[in-house]
Amino acid sequence: MVWYIVRRFLQLIPVFLGATLLVYFLVFSLPGDATAAICGERGCTPGVVAGLREQYNLDQPFWIQYLLYLKGVLTFDLGTNFSGRPIATIIAEVFPTTAKLAVMALVIEAFFGIVFGLVAGLRKGKIFDSSVLVLSLIVIAVPIFVLGFLMQFLIGVKLQWTNPTVSGDATFTELLLPAVVLGLVSFAYVLRLTRTSIIENVNADYVRTATAKGLSRRRVVVVHVLRNSLIPVVTFLGADLGALMGGAIVTEGIFNVNGVGNTLYRAVLNGDGPMVVSIVTFLILIFCLANLLVDLLYAWLDPRIRYA
Amino acid sequence: MSHSTSNEPTGTPQPLLELRDLAITFSTSNGDVPAVRNAHLTVMPGETVAIVGESGSGKSTTALAAIGLLPGNGRVSNGSIIFDGEDITHASEKRIVELRGSSIGMVPQDPMSNLNPVWKIGFQVKETLKANGLPSGPQDVAKVLSEAGLPDAASRANQYPHEFSGGMRQRALIAIGLSCRPRLLIADEPTSALDVTVQRQILDHLDTMTEQLGTAVLLITHDLGLAAERAHKVVVMYKGQVVEAGPALELLTNPRHPYTQKLVASAPSIASRRIETAVKTGVETHERLAPNGEVTDGTDTVIEVEDLTKVYKIRGSWGKSTDFTAVDNVSFSIARGTTTAVVGESGSGKSTVAKMVLGLEGATSGSIRFDGVDITTLGRKEMFDFRRRVQPIFQDPYGSLDPMYNIYRTIEEPLRVHGVGNATSREKKVRELLDQVALPSAMMQRFPNELSGGQRQRVAIARALALDPEVVICDEAVSALDVLVQAQILNLLADLQSELGLSYLFITHDLAVVRQIADHVAVMEKGTLVEQGATNDVFDSPKTAYTQALLAAIPGAGLVLPPEVA
Repeated sequence: MVWYIVRRFLQLIPVFLGATLLVYFLVFSLPGDATAAICGERGCTPGVVAGLREQYNLDQPFWIQYLLYLKGVLTFDLGTNFSGRPIATIIAEVFPTTAKLAVMALVIEAFFGIVFGLVAGLRKGKIFDSSVLVLSLIVIAVPIFVLGFLMQFLIGVKLQWTNPTVSGDATFTELLLPAVVLGLVSFAYVLRLTRTSIIENVNADYVRTATAKGLSRRRVVVVHVLRNSLIPVVTFLGADLGALMGGAIVTEGIFNVNGVGNTLYRAVLNGDGPMVVSIVTFLILIFCLANLLVDLLYAWLDPRIRYA
Repeated sequence: MSHSTSNEPTGTPQPLLELRDLAITFSTSNGDVPAVRNAHLTVMPGETVAIVGESGSGKSTTALAAIGLLPGNGRVSNGSIIFDGEDITHASEKRIVELRGSSIGMVPQDPMSNLNPVWKIGFQVKETLKANGLPSGPQDVAKVLSEAGLPDAASRANQYPHEFSGGMRQRALIAIGLSCRPRLLIADEPTSALDVTVQRQILDHLDTMTEQLGTAVLLITHDLGLAAERAHKVVVMYKGQVVEAGPALELLTNPRHPYTQKLVASAPSIASRRIETAVKTGVETHERLAPNGEVTDGTDTVIEVEDLTKVYKIRGSWGKSTDFTAVDNVSFSIARGTTTAVVGESGSGKSTVAKMVLGLEGATSGSIRFDGVDITTLGRKEMFDFRRRVQPIFQDPYGSLDPMYNIYRTIEEPLRVHGVGNATSREKKVRELLDQVALPSAMMQRFPNELSGGQRQRVAIARALALDPEVVICDEAVSALDVLVQAQILNLLADLQSELGLSYLFITHDLAVVRQIADHVAVMEKGTLVEQGATNDVFDSPKTAYTQALLAAIPGAGLVLPPEVA
């Protein structure tokens, strides 16, 4: 088991190298002068441009640039962005907000998705099941920005239950609405996944045997149906956590959340190469770790799976 | 399954379970479908009653209704279920839950799927004890498990189902079924998924336990021989109705209903027993399905296996690997136009032999000569030609047919792959093949899920025969089928053999089947070939203890049949 985890961490190395190389290559091989983004409309003097080029190693060939970047990362120096702020500081600033938002969204989608899916699965074909299925289909079909603006308008502006946008503090109550919007689509998927899984398991032989042992219906459902049904759901949730941690560009944009997604979006708009590469690399690592977490959870839920 | 009468009360005893005029209906999208009609059944305290029938006869449905375990769309539409004087036909959910486990226990059919894979065995026993208000400490759990014959129960309780063999799982399920000392145990084909020798051990143990506890048993089985051997009374069900009921041996010797007569005629265990009796009494028997070895002159060997060995590397921790010898120096040969059976329990390596002969698995050492050519040395193209001449039929007709291919495409595929003929001639061939396996050609457009198990196996045979092979390898080809269907398929295989001069390599764990079809038997144990010879010789005078044990384990072996049955 320990060996398995070590191996999984070792696997992160090629993933990290490949991903940074690819992102670095894409960002820096784009046509146009990277310094133009820093200088803006008015332009800089040739001397300033040369200085900037030297500062960001833009005067070096691609490979040298990449290796210098790697050296920086390995010495925990992500460098500065084009505005001169240390990138590590920026990530440390915005990531907690995104993480808070992601965890809230995950809890919401997991709780409601599993509960609704369980009830729908146990009452397959009944009214509750059918209406929940139609609703979840609508949620999946409607684009996230429509849902986002709609809920912002209704709950934030019309009903005024909460602030329509999130302040710099990003308090729990402020984040609730964006978390709901963020979790909504995954909620629909979790619901459908749980429902299907429950329907499959409720007719399993071991469930019938459990009933024949004289267990109460509630115990049969919770201990024998639900736990077995959660295995695929957990896989989905784990992968989703990785995606959520990467920040939601649209949702963070709508609610003005100062998170990873928003920062990445601005960096792309500004052509801020070092910033984009660093954030994307960071996100890739988070995603890999989330996947590792899923695999470990999977083994815990299903003892037939053993890693060696 | 007490054979003593000591625990039966004197006077007029009250039945423990009584089914009166029971009718069970399933509601489907096509309306109500009756599954069971007018079923009568009485189980006295301490008595063993067997319900015998083929799948779909309603035998399991009847038994499950007694503890309210009908599937969601099933309901008791008429009649009543009386347990110990109490009408529980429409009892409340609460009352039924009270009865389950403590008064009526169940041992289900398939040990592989009836234990929850994510909980430890001990946990699954413990919750049974707890739900029925019994002490459920670790020592209680261990006691229940060791009573069911599970060795080293205390530490075994901490293992998961997938770490258990089939026999051990079934013991765990028996432990669960009897843990709360129920007065009635419903045993639904408790051993049909197990090897014969394990089957015997488990049934013997179940006998002893229920006798000691005075538990009545409702045994559900498709094997009349097994029922007759284990039960006091046998109830035969056919198409949802009880067609005959009575004391076991009487039913076997004097079956009145045509269906019972057919069952008696085709149950492999009884058929095998009948041959045995016939041999002993010197009666000439025509029961053997396989044609006599007239076509063979003893020298024309189609397949010759010599010193065949297969070693698997099993990965251990830290990159170390240990060798596991699945097949160890096995030699046998198949004469053209005859049937050779390889018999053994699961894990004996018999299927690995089949895979190597088919060229699906490489041999570690040794040779397999087909028509004098060693197939282990064949190149890619020669292998392709070889495959045309040796075809397999596998065990599970549900898994071995592609559900997305219709029957025509399934049978035509090998012809197309090997570039035989054009579209018209291929269609003609498929029609011929369907005719040979006695399926209507209208079947061509259907898909596997629309066919019964027997029909699917016929399709699998047609597919195997499409390329006019010389050798057909049947890997447990009839094990998944009901006895009657099994007899039909065996007959079909025998007819095809005499018609087409096929040679069969028959891989099976079922000695009763071997006796009916094989000319030659090779017995395997743990990878080695322990005994081989002509079928009659091996059956009449088995040389090794292992073969003797296998033979003794055929259900019904303990039956003494009067000569007129034989």
